[in-house]
Amino acid sequence: MEIRTDFNDRMSKLNNEIVKMGVLVEEALDKAMDSLINMDLDIARKVIDEDQKINDFEISIEDRCIVLIAREQPVAGDLRRIITALKISTQFERMGDHAVHIAKGVIRLDKDPKPSPLFGMPLMAQKAKSMLRRVLTAYIDRNAEEAMSVSQVDHEIDSLHDEVINDVFNELMITVSDHHKAITLLFINRFLERFGDHITNICEWIIYSVTGEHKELG
Amino acid sequence: MEDKNILNLKNLNVYYGDFRAVKDINLDIPKNKITAFIGPSGCGKSTVLRAINRMNDLVDGTKTEGEIIFQNRNIYNPEVDAVSLRKQIGMVFQKPNPFPKSISENITWGAKINSYKGNMEELVEESLKEAALWDEVKDKLNENALRLSGGQQQRLCIARAIAVKPEIILMDEPASALDPIATLKIEDLMKTLCMDFTIIIVTHNMQQASRISDYTAFMMTDDKRSGNLVEYGKTSELFIRPKNKQTEDYISGRFG
Repeated sequence: MEIRTDFNDRMSKLNNEIVKMGVLVEEALDKAMDSLINMDLDIARKVIDEDQKINDFEISIEDRCIVLIAREQPVAGDLRRIITALKISTQFERMGDHAVHIAKGVIRLDKDPKPSPLFGMPLMAQKAKSMLRRVLTAYIDRNAEEAMSVSQVDHEIDSLHDEVINDVFNELMITVSDHHKAITLLFINRFLERFGDHITNICEWIIYSVTGEHKELG
Repeated sequence: MEDKNILNLKNLNVYYGDFRAVKDINLDIPKNKITAFIGPSGCGKSTVLRAINRMNDLVDGTKTEGEIIFQNRNIYNPEVDAVSLRKQIGMVFQKPNPFPKSISENITWGAKINSYKGNMEELVEESLKEAALWDEVKDKLNENALRLSGGQQQRLCIARAIAVKPEIILMDEPASALDPIATLKIEDLMKTLCMDFTIIIVTHNMQQASRISDYTAFMMTDDKRSGNLVEYGKTSELFIRPKNKQTEDYISGRFG
C-alpha cells in the first residue's frame, strides 16, 4: 500500500504549477522576441500586461511550499524538492521581468523610425528557449545529468552576448553614433543573457534536489 | 566523527535466547553531544540503549557479544561492576517513575546509597536547578513526588539521574508520555544538559530527533528480524541528504 498519498498528490500539484509557470515564461520570451523582431507594440504591451500571471504563479507556488513545510515537516529528498520548487519559482519570476524589460525596450526603440539591427539576439533567445524547455523536462524527470548538460548552453549565450556588444559598439556607436538605440539594444542584449543565467541557477537547484549537493555551474 | 568520543560500540550483538535482537553494531558516541537512535518498532534501538548500561543483564536469557568501550575498557569485562557502571551511565525511562517519596528524597536517594559526603540540601537544589525544575518545586520539596505533573515528574527523574553525576544519560522515549509543552521543556533541558553530560536518546518521534540531536543512528530489522545499523551520521546531514534509500524512505514517512 502506498503511504503519504495526500502528500504525494500535493507534490504533484506543486510540480504541475512549476511546469505551467515555466510555459508562461517561455511564452513571454517568445512574445517579447516577436515584438522585437516585428516591432509590434501590441504584442510588447501584452507581454507587460501578462507578467502579472507569472507573478501570481510565484505567490501561489510559495504558498504551496510554505503549507507543505508547515504541515508535512518534510525531510531529505522531499524537503529538497520543495526548496527547489521555491527557488525555481523565484528564477522564473525574474525571467518574466526580463521579458517585460525587453518589451519596454521595444516600445523605446519604436520612437526611432529606422529599423534596428538585432545581431545575434534572436539566436540568443532561441538558445534560451531551448534551455528552458530542456530544464523543465530535467526538473520533471529529476535528471541531474541533463541539468548539468543544459547549463553548458549558457556559455554559448554568453559568447553571443559579447559578440552583440561588439556589433552594437562598431555598427551603431562608432559608425552612426546612434547612442540612444545602441543603449536600448545593449540593455535587451543584457536581459537575454540573464535568461541563460537564471536557467543555469535552475540547473543548480535541480542537481541539489536530486543529489543533495550544491554545485556551482555559473 | 570529528568530535571526541566517549563510547565505542564494537560488533555489538545482543541475543534474547536464540533470537539475535541486535546484529553487529559498530558506532562511536561523541562526548557532550546528543545522539538519537531512530527506527521502526522492534528494530533493536532500545536493546542497544539498554546494552550501554548493562540493563539487559537483568533480563533472563540475554547474551551480549562484542564490546562497548567506556573509559578505556569493555563494560562487559567481568571485573566491571554493573551497579557502579549504572552510576556513571544513568537512565531515564519512557514513563516518569519517581519513587513514591518526597521530591527531595527522590534526589538524595542515589547520593545516600553512594555514601555521598556533601551537603544534601545543596545537592537537591543544584540537581533540580540543572533539571529546570527548581523554580516550580522549591516551596514543596517535602511533598510527595507523585503529586507533580507528568512533565515535572520526568524532569524530577532527570534531576535524580544527574544527582549522582553520571557521564552519560540514556533516555528511552523520555517525552512520549508527555504533552507537547512538557515535551519541549524536556527537549530544551536536554540541550542544556549536554554541556555537562553526554545524552543518548531513543525516540519514535523523528521530528524530535531532528530537532534536538547532533548525531542520528537509524536502525532497521533484516530478514531475520535482527536489528542492524543502516546509517549513522550528523543529524543535519542525515535529515537533508541521507545516503541510504531505506533511511530516506523511513524519515520521509514512506514506511515504518
